[in-house]
Amino acid sequence: MKKQPHLKLAAILSGLVLVGLGALTLNQKVSAAGGGSITGTVKLSGTAPHMKGIDMSKDPYCVKQHENNPAKMENVLVGEGDGLENVVLYISQGLTGNEASAVPSSEPIFDQKGCMYVPHVLALDAGQKFKVTTSDQTTHNIHPLPDALKGNIPWNKSQPPGAPPIETSWKNEEVAISVKCNIHPWMHGWHVVVKGPYATTDGKGSYTMENVPAGSYTVTAWQEDLGTQTAQVTVAGGSAAKADFTFKAK
Amino acid sequence: MRTKSFLRCSLLMSAAAVLALSLPARAQLTNLQQQEWLNSPAAVSHIGNLAGRAKAAAADYRRYCVGCHGELGDGNGEVAQWLDPKPRDFQLAVFKCRSTPTGTLPTDEDLFNAIARGFDRSNMPIWNTFTKQERADLVAWIKHFSPRWQKEKAGEPIQIPPEPEVTPERIKAGEEVFGKVQCWKCHGVQGMANGPSASTLTDDLGRPILPFNFTDGSRPKCGNTDRDIYKIFMTGLDGTPMPSFADNIKPDEAWDLLFYLRTLQPHNAFNMKEKQIAKQLGLKPVTPQ
Repeated sequence: MKKQPHLKLAAILSGLVLVGLGALTLNQKVSAAGGGSITGTVKLSGTAPHMKGIDMSKDPYCVKQHENNPAKMENVLVGEGDGLENVVLYISQGLTGNEASAVPSSEPIFDQKGCMYVPHVLALDAGQKFKVTTSDQTTHNIHPLPDALKGNIPWNKSQPPGAPPIETSWKNEEVAISVKCNIHPWMHGWHVVVKGPYATTDGKGSYTMENVPAGSYTVTAWQEDLGTQTAQVTVAGGSAAKADFTFKAK
Repeated sequence: MRTKSFLRCSLLMSAAAVLALSLPARAQLTNLQQQEWLNSPAAVSHIGNLAGRAKAAAADYRRYCVGCHGELGDGNGEVAQWLDPKPRDFQLAVFKCRSTPTGTLPTDEDLFNAIARGFDRSNMPIWNTFTKQERADLVAWIKHFSPRWQKEKAGEPIQIPPEPEVTPERIKAGEEVFGKVQCWKCHGVQGMANGPSASTLTDDLGRPILPFNFTDGSRPKCGNTDRDIYKIFMTGLDGTPMPSFADNIKPDEAWDLLFYLRTLQPHNAFNMKEKQIAKQLGLKPVTPQ
């Protein structure tokens, strides 16, 4: 009789411990699976700026590629429903070291096509490999200009017609690295190097950032001309959190 | 006791003031880090058997270099505003004349040679007035300005195969390379620096820059020997629009290209054979495609 309350207490305690452990492992499973995501749209308010046409007359080959679709600048691309294209979204605060240092195995391509960069903005993880390719029958030089004092070193390589891809990566995060072709001075693109999950908006301004572990984050939206905006986002395991952004036209 | 604590207090405060003053505007080294680096055994240069010590060059730098390259080595010396091209920024440590691939630090020897050679068509004279030891010391000193030398190693120098004999076939092959990789886009079909892209070229800092003119007797900035010129197109001139062609020109083809480039230059001490062959061949400029 005397011992019974002790047993009861022990049973309750061990029960609690088990539940606690269960909750912990469940939680771990959620974050290990990457679970959540952040999704939304980025819009432009106000009048979309006029994108100037590009004079490619320096290189007849380039002119020929745009006979039927005149080339235009791509600094601010506004699509359906005022959606803003080529905005990079990334987590600027809230990731732990492990989550931030995970590098995707996918190898994105930065192509030179019709004397333009495709894509115009390439988001990458620090350390993620990518390929620079050329689809053009004219010589390009690919010349990224990171800040040498922040850990990424500028380089400059030629890609004549039929040149093999250049496979490389950026060591450190840097928002953003300007990429130029000196031979075709209108060619200008960006490499946005971040740590952790990222996404780039499509033609409608929508994006989905996958593999975001449960937690609270600061999400930054970067646009080359309009600067950055941030939002606080909480992701619950396994579900999609929403974060919309609106940039004001300059 | 009182004076002692007062002294201690003022010492601390002045130390704090020094620290505050030396806070970097960019990611440059703080004075303290620079001092530490200068006193460390790593603040040396190695050129063959010659070892340079950074500290030994302090006086020479102050006397001969500071006017253009500046106290902080950022290329912003007192007279820099009147110079074009601008003095090198040793903090960024992005150098034109290297024996190493694009995007890497030059070797100590590259810097050592650059000091003695000077830079044609710039305000950097030929500093052959320094002894070899002084130049080696200056190389070590130059390196102390950039944090890059503490984190990165110099690039691996490119392999240059022995120079083959000049033949008409090689010169013709070189002309084909010149056309194929489109050197003429900037340098022009006759090497007169008047290609279609020549007028809009800018350096890494956005300042206008001209391509090399092969025809006016200029000396290439990184030297005029065959090997010097070979290195230019196989390493690129970092900081300028001139890219590296290492991925697209094979080592043997590079010699062909060099021989062809020699035919574009006016007669000089290096191109007697090439000029003769070009004349016999009746070599015509490439046709842009």
